[in-house]
Amino acid sequence: MSNLLEEMTRKALKLNIPLSVQLDLTYRCNERCVHCYLDHQDYGEMTTAEIKRLLDEMAEAGVFILTLSGGEIMLRKDFFGILEYARQLMFCVKLKTNAILIHEQEAARIRELGVESIQISIYSHRAEVHDAITLVPGSLKRSLDAASFLKSQGLRVVIANVLMVQNVQDYQGVRTLATEMGLECTLDPTITPMMDGDRSVLNLGIDPSSLPQIFRDEAIAEDEEVCAIETGDDILQHLPCSAGHTTCYVSPYGDVYPCVQFPLPTGNVRQQGFIDIWRHSDAMNDVRSIRLKDLTTCTSCAHVGSCSRCPGLAYMEGNMRGPSSQDCEKSFAKTGVPSANMLAKKRGAANLVQIRTIPVPASFPGAGAIA
Amino acid sequence: MNKLYIARSPRVAARSLGGEMMIMSGRDSTLFTLNQTASILWQAADGTTPLEEIVQQKICSEFEVDPAEALQDAETLARELAGHQILQISERPIPEPSAAGEAR
Repeated sequence: MSNLLEEMTRKALKLNIPLSVQLDLTYRCNERCVHCYLDHQDYGEMTTAEIKRLLDEMAEAGVFILTLSGGEIMLRKDFFGILEYARQLMFCVKLKTNAILIHEQEAARIRELGVESIQISIYSHRAEVHDAITLVPGSLKRSLDAASFLKSQGLRVVIANVLMVQNVQDYQGVRTLATEMGLECTLDPTITPMMDGDRSVLNLGIDPSSLPQIFRDEAIAEDEEVCAIETGDDILQHLPCSAGHTTCYVSPYGDVYPCVQFPLPTGNVRQQGFIDIWRHSDAMNDVRSIRLKDLTTCTSCAHVGSCSRCPGLAYMEGNMRGPSSQDCEKSFAKTGVPSANMLAKKRGAANLVQIRTIPVPASFPGAGAIA
Repeated sequence: MNKLYIARSPRVAARSLGGEMMIMSGRDSTLFTLNQTASILWQAADGTTPLEEIVQQKICSEFEVDPAEALQDAETLARELAGHQILQISERPIPEPSAAGEAR
């Protein structure tokens, strides 16, 4: 983050302004990625008029960075109308897409509308691996063709490489491919539970023992997204994350959450104004009240000041003030020092098999104690 | 001296944050913030109102400044912003389609 953006973020925090919002336009998708947390259905997406009204409200509320995501955004027939309207309102627009519907014409239109960046999901440099994750034959070629069209328009293209068991061997190959194409690349070893709470998809996550090797690569470690906002010298007074403080997420149905990875309902823009939800929702204010000092387990952890703990993942584990096990694994992988949560779990597991001395009645032969 | 017209570049992003204008260049995503005077110029840059008129109506009415000096300063600032491609300058009115929308 640039110094000026950090300064603006601190100012937004002070003024209670949602500086950055991710708006998912649809959960429908033309890929079926094996690790995806969405159900790909349409239960009544916001109409074009509803989305435009929401964009008006967001601009009024001070939202500057608008990330349009999904599902696959290009499946909305009104996508370019929405994008054009967003740019008229002068949002800094970022797109997240699989890009397989972007050809020369669409790339030129995206350039014309002044989009800041386009993030494209690429899982491997090998078609047999990427296509086996998206379950769409030919999808790697189509996504990379689109990346080339966008790059040739002078646009900033970022490859997002989510790591899982299927592609854990390929991250170096993806980085090399990105470099050859002049694209940026981010790596994320986090698999998110399904939005309905189903955690079975976490089985696709890479083995924690593979993480140290990945984090040893300094270039990759630098790519990791850091959500925390520094608010002074006292680490325990720091905010755990920007979710609900300067950022939030809106679903295709108008539901507002602190973050895309934090499915705590705070309100719906079909029933309430966006800014009312942002300012007055009890749930949003509850999230906002949390400081590092309030975290159970984590306050006593060696990693408390450096951990990328995601409160959304913690919430999905059952307690938004608790630890996020996936981030514990990351901290351990980076340092070799187990987190307080890992140690507590280990102690708990040890307690289950603990053998205690049992007193034996004096009348028993060889009375004393057995272990 | 010829009249100068200024318009917001269509490829920038902008938002007012607590009275301070935040602008991101479409060329390289560089972020700028504008002070109060520069923000006034930016907001008024509609491509059709001459810079001289903007200075008279929006700057001289707000601040006690010499009009000629204010115009000179405004022109310098406008050229600097144009150098960062966040503002367009022309000696002719700048047509609507290439002008950006309204930042709030």
